[in-house]
Amino acid sequence: MATTDSQPLLSVRNLRTHFPLDEGTVVAVDGASFDVQEGKTLGIVGESGCGKSVTARSILGLLDRPGRIVDGEILFRRRGGGDNGVDEVLDLATLDPKGHEMRSIRGAEIALVFQEPMSSFSPVHTIGTQLVEAVRLHNDVSRNEARNIGIEALHSVGIPFPEQRIDAYSFELSGGIRQRAMIAIALSCNPSLLIADEPTTALDVTTQAQILDLMRDLQQQHGMAIMLITHNLGVVAEMADDVVVMYLGEVVESAPVDDIFYAPKHPYTQALHQSIPSITAATGQKLASITGTVPHPYNRPKGCAFNPRCSSFITGTCDQQVPQLLPVAPDHQVSCFLYPEGGGT
Amino acid sequence: MVDEAEAIEARADAADERVYVASQWQLMWWRFRKHKPAMIAGVVMLGFYVIALLAPFFATTEPTLSEGDRSLMPPQRIHWFDGWKPSPHVFAVSGERDQVTFKRVYEVDRDQKIPVRFLGRGFEYKFLWLIPTDRHLLGAKGAKTEESIFLLGTDLQGRDVYSRLLFATRISMSIGLVGVSLSLVLGILLGGMSGFYGGYVDTVIQRAIEILRSIPTIPLWMGLAAALPQDWSVLRVYFAITLIISVLGWTELARVVRGRFLALREEDFVMAAMLSGASHTRTIFRHMVPSFYSHIIAVSTLAIPEMIISETALSFLGLGLQPPAVSYGVLLQAAQNIQAIALTPWLMIPAFPVIIVVLAFNFLGDGLRDAADPYSQ
Amino acid sequence: MLAYFIRRIFFAFGTLWVVSVIAFAIIQLPAGDYITSYITGLEALGDLVSEEEAETLREEYGLNRPIYVQYSKWMLQVVRGEFGLSMEYQLPVGDIIGERLLMTIIVALAAVFFVWVMALPIGIYSAVKQYSVGDYTFTFVGFLGLAVPNFLLALVLLYFSFRYFDANVAGLFSPEYFRAPWSIGRIIDLLKHLWIPAIVLGTAGTAALIRIMRANLLDELRKPYVVAARARGMSEWKLVLKYPVRVALNPFASTIGYILPYIVSGSIIVSVVLSLPTVGPLLLRSLLSQDMFLAGTIILLIGAMTVVGTLISDVILVLIDPRIRFSGR
Repeated sequence: MATTDSQPLLSVRNLRTHFPLDEGTVVAVDGASFDVQEGKTLGIVGESGCGKSVTARSILGLLDRPGRIVDGEILFRRRGGGDNGVDEVLDLATLDPKGHEMRSIRGAEIALVFQEPMSSFSPVHTIGTQLVEAVRLHNDVSRNEARNIGIEALHSVGIPFPEQRIDAYSFELSGGIRQRAMIAIALSCNPSLLIADEPTTALDVTTQAQILDLMRDLQQQHGMAIMLITHNLGVVAEMADDVVVMYLGEVVESAPVDDIFYAPKHPYTQALHQSIPSITAATGQKLASITGTVPHPYNRPKGCAFNPRCSSFITGTCDQQVPQLLPVAPDHQVSCFLYPEGGGT
Repeated sequence: MVDEAEAIEARADAADERVYVASQWQLMWWRFRKHKPAMIAGVVMLGFYVIALLAPFFATTEPTLSEGDRSLMPPQRIHWFDGWKPSPHVFAVSGERDQVTFKRVYEVDRDQKIPVRFLGRGFEYKFLWLIPTDRHLLGAKGAKTEESIFLLGTDLQGRDVYSRLLFATRISMSIGLVGVSLSLVLGILLGGMSGFYGGYVDTVIQRAIEILRSIPTIPLWMGLAAALPQDWSVLRVYFAITLIISVLGWTELARVVRGRFLALREEDFVMAAMLSGASHTRTIFRHMVPSFYSHIIAVSTLAIPEMIISETALSFLGLGLQPPAVSYGVLLQAAQNIQAIALTPWLMIPAFPVIIVVLAFNFLGDGLRDAADPYSQ
Repeated sequence: MLAYFIRRIFFAFGTLWVVSVIAFAIIQLPAGDYITSYITGLEALGDLVSEEEAETLREEYGLNRPIYVQYSKWMLQVVRGEFGLSMEYQLPVGDIIGERLLMTIIVALAAVFFVWVMALPIGIYSAVKQYSVGDYTFTFVGFLGLAVPNFLLALVLLYFSFRYFDANVAGLFSPEYFRAPWSIGRIIDLLKHLWIPAIVLGTAGTAALIRIMRANLLDELRKPYVVAARARGMSEWKLVLKYPVRVALNPFASTIGYILPYIVSGSIIVSVVLSLPTVGPLLLRSLLSQDMFLAGTIILLIGAMTVVGTLISDVILVLIDPRIRFSGR
């Protein structure tokens, strides 16, 4: 995406993830491509069911059975992984999900923060147990040292009285603290990439703002990249440097955040903007929504996935052929027949 | 603009029809079909009930016909070919009392062939309790069926084990059904009251259930069964035993029903129903109960084999059904100890239908339970 | 939490009392009493008993008093540890039951041990390797175990061991050790015979527990915290054993308490088949001959074990699951 000299930290190319179920194969991700730059935040936006979470899980090989990556590459630049401490590029899609290599990346290089902090902690273990375990998995330290590192981590995410909280059970903590604890665990081994899957969706608005601030601060401190998955455009506006819009498993538009908000090209992105209720709208004005509903995964539309709901639908083209992700500007790519190779409307 | 929106909607909807429209029962059937063992079990179950209905047709003798001369005969084999000709027959068997051991010793007389025919003639009975006839599945030609064919041998009184087994199927299978129906009624009633009203009613019923469950079942059954007067008719004893078994069986179902009601009570759709003016009764029967029909069916199906085993156990000990009633348990009484088994192993055969029936019901119940929640993955 | 325990113990006593009443009532149900069957037995031998003699006998055994009086007398004795006189054996009930009760408990414990050792690992394996050949095999064998009533299993085992190994596996002791005092030799002999009843009694329980464990674990394996652990980089088996198994163990542990009385109850019929010197055959005889004190005491004891077992399992559950500990009950 960005044409800087440095290579992207993570580069997903044409990822396809399928779930072969009895009733039919669910194509969760159908050819998604995007990059994450080092130290920057990439926002992945889309409605529920568009494949954002599955993409995140695919990256770390955490797909639920029977999910499988069937095509594509996930190129990750690993710090000092190669000989002589030079950066090494790995294709994560080829790694055995249960194998040693993948496990050494999980938590240590790429960390995952989940949507539901309550159910992401074991109900019968203290958060300390899980925190210490995360530390000791990737660092050769004693239990005591790990505990101190853990306390320090809890402190750095702004949890008061970390020496006591570390021995608490997850159900004893409030939502905000739980989420902070999750972030603490994720950051405990200094990953270069933090994938946050709807980290604030389960929180109230004030806590949401706090968590986002925290993530921004930590990002600056550690210089890590963030892949932020959300359906909330407001969160994206606040946090992201670059944005990727997904629909039904495909990337329909990717651009820097300003372009996405001020110059959206794809009809879906435009419709999303229109559907945000505006505080400046006149009273009595109807809430705009995108007509139709997200198609059932077994019934993917022929041609462009969005065509049944698109107001700029071109008969004969949009329902016959699948558009490709093509650049319309140096950092801006769109997948739509309105924008054939290089041109604009 | 409106037309455009409609056009878009139409295009989008048309694509979704198939999967959303299937009814709950259809989904259940699709899921059930995939569970192969359950399908096979279902067929086996049907087979058993057919046998239960048509027992006399399949039998070769009346179950109570005893003949001392035929005591403890080993099973007879049907030979299908006479030389090269297909001609099913059995050999006549003659028995003598050994002067030293006083036991009967049987010899097969290979010169005396008794032909066996399908749909042959035998003892008289009423087919399906309506049509008088004497046709059976197997009949001997030129001799009385009830004196010639003993597919599974005879017991101490010289009664044909095979025929008794068929008639025993009737009793044992029906006890299961009757018992479960009783438990069902009690369980749904009490469990429903407990779960729906909660509070005081719930506490009382729950305590009662806990106490009942604390009582060890087998001693309780044994005690109750031993208390039945000796002079009661077979039918009365039958119903009494069924009652005894279901008296403890309803508790499990009640717990399940209560749990479901408790969970459902909090559901939004229940509140919605009541808010729109539905009475309690209507809410319960029209809105709540349908959501766990399937669960009830599954649990009941799994309860039937327990009933059958209970009756078998009680009769086996001599506490349940008494002769002349025939059930699997009564038949197995003859195989209670090592001597009986060692000398006359065919008396143990009734154990197998019990095992098969219970297995079949378990598979069936499992398949139903899996299919009962068609929306889960 | 203490309040919870006190409540539970109170309730246990209450249940126990109800059990005793019911046990006593059951014994009283059959028309007539022990004297009636005693007389019938004598008459069969040609010995007639006159009405007055019968009345005297009844007076002697206190059988002509109202029921609640008989019950109170009995309960008072029970609390003092005297269980009354067995009319058939003319011995104190306690003496008759004594060693048999010990045997019953030993057999039951052996079965419970068998259940745990088998059910836990197999259940875990079945859940983790769902739909594998191993899973299907265990499921099928488990079904067989559940379906075959234990006394029938005993019968079949008896037959096969006799037919093919010429061994009579009934009983708990070889003839020479049967009435011998306790010694190492006797213990070893016991252990050699113990495994058959343990397997017969434990099979159904094992099958049931495997299914429970498998179902629980399958539920837990789908939960987010398992994925979170995996996302931290844990190896598969370690994380399965550390997290979802621990959570799935809770409902599993709560069934421990129920297993013991269940097995004791189930062992009654099996004991008859296998001629085990336990409480089962004794109960059957006493019921058939209406030997009131004996039968009533046995039922009471088994009921007591059930209640205690339930109490223990509740206690264990509370200790294991911190969620219940903190939220009270």
